[in-house]
Amino acid sequence: MGSTAPAEVERPSTDVRPDLPWLTIVWNDPVNLMSYVTYVLQTVFGYPKAKAEKLMLDVHHKGKAVVASGAREEMERDVQILHSYGLWATVQRDSA
Amino acid sequence: MSTGFSSARGGGVSILLDAGEASILRSLVAQVLGLVEPGTTGDDPLERALGIGSAEQSSDPVLARLFPSAYADDDEASAEFRRYTEATLREGKRADAEILLKTAEQGKVDLTADQAQSWLRALNDVRLALGVRLEVTEEIHEELADMAEDDPRYPAFVTYDWLTYLQDTLVRALW
Repeated sequence: MGSTAPAEVERPSTDVRPDLPWLTIVWNDPVNLMSYVTYVLQTVFGYPKAKAEKLMLDVHHKGKAVVASGAREEMERDVQILHSYGLWATVQRDSA
Repeated sequence: MSTGFSSARGGGVSILLDAGEASILRSLVAQVLGLVEPGTTGDDPLERALGIGSAEQSSDPVLARLFPSAYADDDEASAEFRRYTEATLREGKRADAEILLKTAEQGKVDLTADQAQSWLRALNDVRLALGVRLEVTEEIHEELADMAEDDPRYPAFVTYDWLTYLQDTLVRALW
């Protein structure tokens, strides 16, 4: 092996867990209207009104709700769109 | 007080505004525009061209609410996200505010579906800004009902309540 070879060979990873998904969370706030939050969730995610309403009620009563899950880049894009509508949204890794 | 928004043909909406209402709307939206407009991109021309901006959240609570952190528990990821996205977000809010300023006039205002989306976001930005300044709670409507008319907060609360009404009728007209 020549001297330019890397000093360490890459070891196969023993960590075979699939990537945990990332989550888009919407938080409750006193300004955004219930009707508006429902409408935005329908518009941004294409959710049926009943699903959007259920998520909105979770936000309202529980203080937050997971509104989407998937790859980190997708969740960051969702959060950016939700911020353009003024919703208080964050990204986090699924802790499950 | 106006009767709020109603649906129009082609996915648009319309509203009748009196002179005072159009004037209040324009003035409030202009104030928000002034807040979001000065984007804080760095001195580096390449960063400016790419819209890469400041990584820090504003110490102004209104700006902090309009441009919230994207990660609740990861300051580093939040800063990185802000650096690469806040300029775009500012530009969107600026464009929405300008569409409202261009179209909000005394009389019947007819909005296309796209313009209605801009109004929806711009009205909400104004409500967020005012809501933070007034420290509103979810009981704002009830608070206002019990508030004396000579309370110094009364005019601002009435304005906020009116914006809430407009926003709600706009959502319902779009549904």
